[in-house]
Amino acid sequence: MEDVSFAYNGQNILSQVNLTVFQDDFIGIIGPNGGGKTTLLKLILGLLIPDTGKIKVMGGTARKASSLIGYVPQNIHINNSFPITALDVVLMGKLNTRSRFRKNTRQDKKDALEMLERLSVQNIAGQRIGELSGGQRQRIFIARALMTTPRLLLLDEPTASIDTKGQTTFYRLLEVLNKEVAIIVVSHDLLVISNYVKSVACVNKGLHYHPHEDITGDMLETMYSCSVEDLCRVQLLAHGRPDKRTDHVNS
Amino acid sequence: MSILEYEFMQHAIAAGILASIICGIMGSLIVVNRIVFLSGGIAHAAYGGIGIAYYFKWPVMLSTLGFSFIASMLMAAVTFKVKHRADTIIGVIWALGMAIGIILIDLTPGYNVDLMSYLFGSILTVSKSSLFVMLGITILLFLFVVFYYNELLAASYDEEFAQVRGVRVKQLYFILIGMLGLTIVMIIQVVGLIMVIALLTIPPFIMENKVKSLFQMMIGASVLGAFFTLTGLWMSYRFNLTSGASIILVAGTVFLLNLLVNRAQKKLQV
Repeated sequence: MEDVSFAYNGQNILSQVNLTVFQDDFIGIIGPNGGGKTTLLKLILGLLIPDTGKIKVMGGTARKASSLIGYVPQNIHINNSFPITALDVVLMGKLNTRSRFRKNTRQDKKDALEMLERLSVQNIAGQRIGELSGGQRQRIFIARALMTTPRLLLLDEPTASIDTKGQTTFYRLLEVLNKEVAIIVVSHDLLVISNYVKSVACVNKGLHYHPHEDITGDMLETMYSCSVEDLCRVQLLAHGRPDKRTDHVNS
Repeated sequence: MSILEYEFMQHAIAAGILASIICGIMGSLIVVNRIVFLSGGIAHAAYGGIGIAYYFKWPVMLSTLGFSFIASMLMAAVTFKVKHRADTIIGVIWALGMAIGIILIDLTPGYNVDLMSYLFGSILTVSKSSLFVMLGITILLFLFVVFYYNELLAASYDEEFAQVRGVRVKQLYFILIGMLGLTIVMIIQVVGLIMVIALLTIPPFIMENKVKSLFQMMIGASVLGAFFTLTGLWMSYRFNLTSGASIILVAGTVFLLNLLVNRAQKKLQV
């Protein structure tokens, strides 16, 4: 991603953003509401086209690479009274518009069940999606995103509807998945993600990238462009050591 | 039952069953996509097409189909582009279509008794040619849903994800709304434009929390719709009542009973 800018209704949402994601990355994106976090994800996904700059995903355009990117959208937009089973949601990940008459084959179903097993939610495959808990549903959405065996997984506010204990389990799961796939996760909560992510990008019109060793005092100086709330969290964090010290806050 | 020997009754039953299938399929899509209000807008705007047909002495079915299709495309364009303003604009097109219809009928010399039948339906006077048009549209709708089922499912459930997976969401939305415009005109014949929304939404709504897939919802809603129309038709014959209103009365009663049963079930669980 090079010098990417994007404006909506004449307003600059993102300007001059540079970001490179490597295969084993686990990046947390933080920043204030309206700072452009979701826009950034949509640009990577090819849902939005940048006004200036270039985005390359695995050497090709974002659109071409869409099967190499797994996407877990924000939970809140999803209609929970929709009549659909967890398994069918996961199968949606296999949707291929080019081969229309290839219905959900037995192989797809087997893959989907295996994926559910990997995320240890195979027991709820036949349940309606609306009957599941927030954490279970989130795993279903991850399973769906992983169906195309992507090399990059994008998550938008994945833990918004999960309690603190569930969040810890959730990020542990991401840590495990990160062994095979690069992950970018958007979150409000720097405190929680700082335990798991390898680096942090702060997005507020511009983008400030911090390798993990940096998530300390000097990050404060570059974080001034973020909201006061985020500033406080960084301060809190800066008092301890950044690695595993903040565990007590989570539990 | 000798009543079944009358041709008009056979037509009415055929029209009722076709309308139920149309409502079951289309209604399910409307309910899960939350575009009930837009459907109401198209139904009422369709009255403009009726006015045009009377004023210019065009065939009613064709001109209503055309007008409602144009109105639905207009609504699709506006609602896709400015989603947060959608309800206002639908409301405007809704009223404008009706106003055009009323004014054109005012300007048409002579008094048209027939008009009430468009407001409240005229299932007992459905002609053979209308039946064939209905059959054609049912088949078209059926093919559309079979062809696009996976895409429709994905786009209805999670538009963004569908788009990432390469579904042409915008194109699909326009086709869906266009089909909606055509089907609404069909159902207007059966229950009239004022009550069309009830027949479109009540059966799918009752089915929604009882089924495990969109496909089951469509089947269930079609069967339920057929039960409503046939029961309503029988009531209207037996007690000499307006057919459209009788059908909706049956549907509404079952709807309320269903709500009560759902509530009781929830209480029992607690």
